[in-house]
Amino acid sequence: MKLSKEPLLRIAKRDEIARPKAYAIRIAAVLLSLIVSGLFIFAVTKLNPIAVYEAMFDGAFGSERRIWVTIRDAMMLLCIGVGLAPAFKMRFWNVGAEGQILMGGIATAGLMRMLGTSIPTPTLLCIMAVVSLVAGALWGIVPAAFKAYWNTNETLFTLMMNYVAIQLTSYCVALWENPKGSNTVGVINQATQAGWFPKIADQSYLLNVIIVMTLAVGMFIYLKYSKQGYEITVVGDSENTARYAGISVKKVTIRTMAISGAICGLAGFVAVAGASHTISTSTAGGRGFTAIIVAWLAKFNTFVMVLISFLLVFLEKGAIQIASQFNLNDFAADVITGIILFFILGSEFFINYRLILRGKEAGK
Amino acid sequence: MKKLLAMLLALVMCLSLVACGAAEEPAEEPAEEPAAEEPAEEPAEEPAEETAAELKIGLICVHDENSGYDVAHIDGLKGACAELGIDLSAVTFKYNIPEDETCYDTAVDLAEDGCNLIFSDSYGHQTYMQQAAAEYPEITFVAATGDLAAPSGLTNLKNIFPYTYESRYVSGVVAGMKLKELMDAGTVTDPYVGYVGAFPYAEVVSGYTAFFLGIQSIVPEAHMDVQYTNSWYDPVAEGEAANALMSKGCVIIGQHADSTGAPSAVQAALDAGNVAYSVGYNIDMLAVAPTAALTSAQNNWSVLYAATIKAFQEGNVPTDYSAGSANNAVMISDLGPSCAEGTKEAVDAAWAGIADGSLKVFDTSKFTCAESADGSYTVDADGHVTSAFGLDTNGDWVNDAGEAVVDGAFVESTLRSAPYFALRINGITELN
Repeated sequence: MKLSKEPLLRIAKRDEIARPKAYAIRIAAVLLSLIVSGLFIFAVTKLNPIAVYEAMFDGAFGSERRIWVTIRDAMMLLCIGVGLAPAFKMRFWNVGAEGQILMGGIATAGLMRMLGTSIPTPTLLCIMAVVSLVAGALWGIVPAAFKAYWNTNETLFTLMMNYVAIQLTSYCVALWENPKGSNTVGVINQATQAGWFPKIADQSYLLNVIIVMTLAVGMFIYLKYSKQGYEITVVGDSENTARYAGISVKKVTIRTMAISGAICGLAGFVAVAGASHTISTSTAGGRGFTAIIVAWLAKFNTFVMVLISFLLVFLEKGAIQIASQFNLNDFAADVITGIILFFILGSEFFINYRLILRGKEAGK
Repeated sequence: MKKLLAMLLALVMCLSLVACGAAEEPAEEPAEEPAAEEPAEEPAEEPAEETAAELKIGLICVHDENSGYDVAHIDGLKGACAELGIDLSAVTFKYNIPEDETCYDTAVDLAEDGCNLIFSDSYGHQTYMQQAAAEYPEITFVAATGDLAAPSGLTNLKNIFPYTYESRYVSGVVAGMKLKELMDAGTVTDPYVGYVGAFPYAEVVSGYTAFFLGIQSIVPEAHMDVQYTNSWYDPVAEGEAANALMSKGCVIIGQHADSTGAPSAVQAALDAGNVAYSVGYNIDMLAVAPTAALTSAQNNWSVLYAATIKAFQEGNVPTDYSAGSANNAVMISDLGPSCAEGTKEAVDAAWAGIADGSLKVFDTSKFTCAESADGSYTVDADGHVTSAFGLDTNGDWVNDAGEAVVDGAFVESTLRSAPYFALRINGITELN
């Protein structure tokens, strides 16, 4: 009687994977996902999958306007992802981006309503940016300080801070309702456009791109080349090592979360002043969670984040277009997005692990 | 178990292996597709080229076909197109567009897509429609149920709204007849009515007051409680509100909310042996409440859509457009099997009265109000309203347009298409 038989299939962690190979796996995953969702499309709707993919592309890049909307939304996602990167790199699970965005958004919308008529827009934009940075940072510092001093669970803490922010937003929406009874704040300063991002080179959303790309480059340098960025890496890898090296874990935790929260708060500013010109609980709209995928998939490399943000926004816009062009309901379109995301996330498994068939040598 | 898992993983790997070798495979796909492509693509494109050059319509819906309210709009626009011989390929529907910046993005996207007439169906869409209208002056934007077209000063922003208060009144007559039957039979001693409202806003106030006055025309001692859900569409909250009202003793539940939540709850209560009946809105509720539903107040949006599209083709869309039973723009759904005897006659009499003008829904001799706290209306010694603001668009308690009380009745939806009757009359209590 054999005690143990070698299993048909084993999973082993890969030590290292060559970059081209990792990318080959990713591309394979994308292609495979397209095939599987193509099968789904055909099975359920009897539509030609190629036509559906064409429609998706059209939804995201079909006209100049659509391209800019796609860019705008990708920048928004990127901005939040950039904000989350330092926290996650420190292994601080900041799932509170939603709340941090909303706090920045409320601050921006409130100032826009209050000071819209009395202060010139450039000054107002600066004030709104600073206040939203502070508001977001505050929402980040609170859970960080509790974690640093009393070792509370930051996942639960940041998550719950979201609900506080959502309720605050609901309260402000009820307070600022316009017109009364519509349950929406409406477009703030519709006539004067005070506190709105100005057009640059005749493009409404160019300033969003400039701000967010600056942040992305800055964060890349900060994480990779600065002393503080190195401290974040050390704390993330091992707190004990950090302590041994004389790094104050408390200080780094709070400082990093202040930065993380502040950038998410600024994302709220960009969302309100640069895109929606209104505030509602959907101003964050789940993007605080989606951005976690962005940050993780990119392994905190902000340039890779740009690609992933665009991919996610492309899928979203594509889904909307399919739904309206082929009269599918949105849920069918969401299934397609889901399949594609599943494969992309799943490909990370094959990058980190490899499967060994029975009989094959472990060391290949 | 482990083997199963191993097999599963093997399957996954096989798939991924296929994918690795599949760099060329997508090239295969298009090869097999053209067969399927031709029949699917062609018919959709050809007629579009013929008719869409002239007119291209977009409709922004706040929900999808699961909401009775949106169904009424979707079917309304489709009906209007059928009537005017417009091919549906010239119409783009956008579903589940929330009342936020998404509406603006969608409206602009439709405009860029070549639509020249764009509708939105929910009240909260309108400021975003206004923003889009300001940027695309050559395109006509119609915010159905909105009220900002005239004050916006934009020539390409329009509002439409049917005389829903008429159908509300008649559905109230149906409820009143049932209430009278229950009281005559001794089943019910307290004529207590409940109403599930969406928001404490004139559109809802106007509706429930008309409903209540319809009931009072049959049962004068009736009284009503209104419970707001603060949402246009929330099946759970509407069901809970109906349950709360029924537990207080309400025997008829009316509604101004877009789901089947309330009628379903009322049917459940009726099945459990309670006395409870439902008057719905938008769609026939008999499917979800076969014995509890009496009728539903309905809007025939196709009349308004058809009139607007026609006016658009002629080049003169009015800023505000409203129509009522005279144009078949409002109605009530088929009477349910639980309706009292004689309901049909009472309903016909009410419609006839509205048609010949002998019946005015907001007849000021039929209701009383408390003294006005803000000066927006005046009452005589008995509490009957003698004058009221027409429109106070900016909320400064100064009447901006016209006197609302004319010839002993509050005249609704003439100064603008959207309702503005917001008087709180005696006999109705708002619970929240």
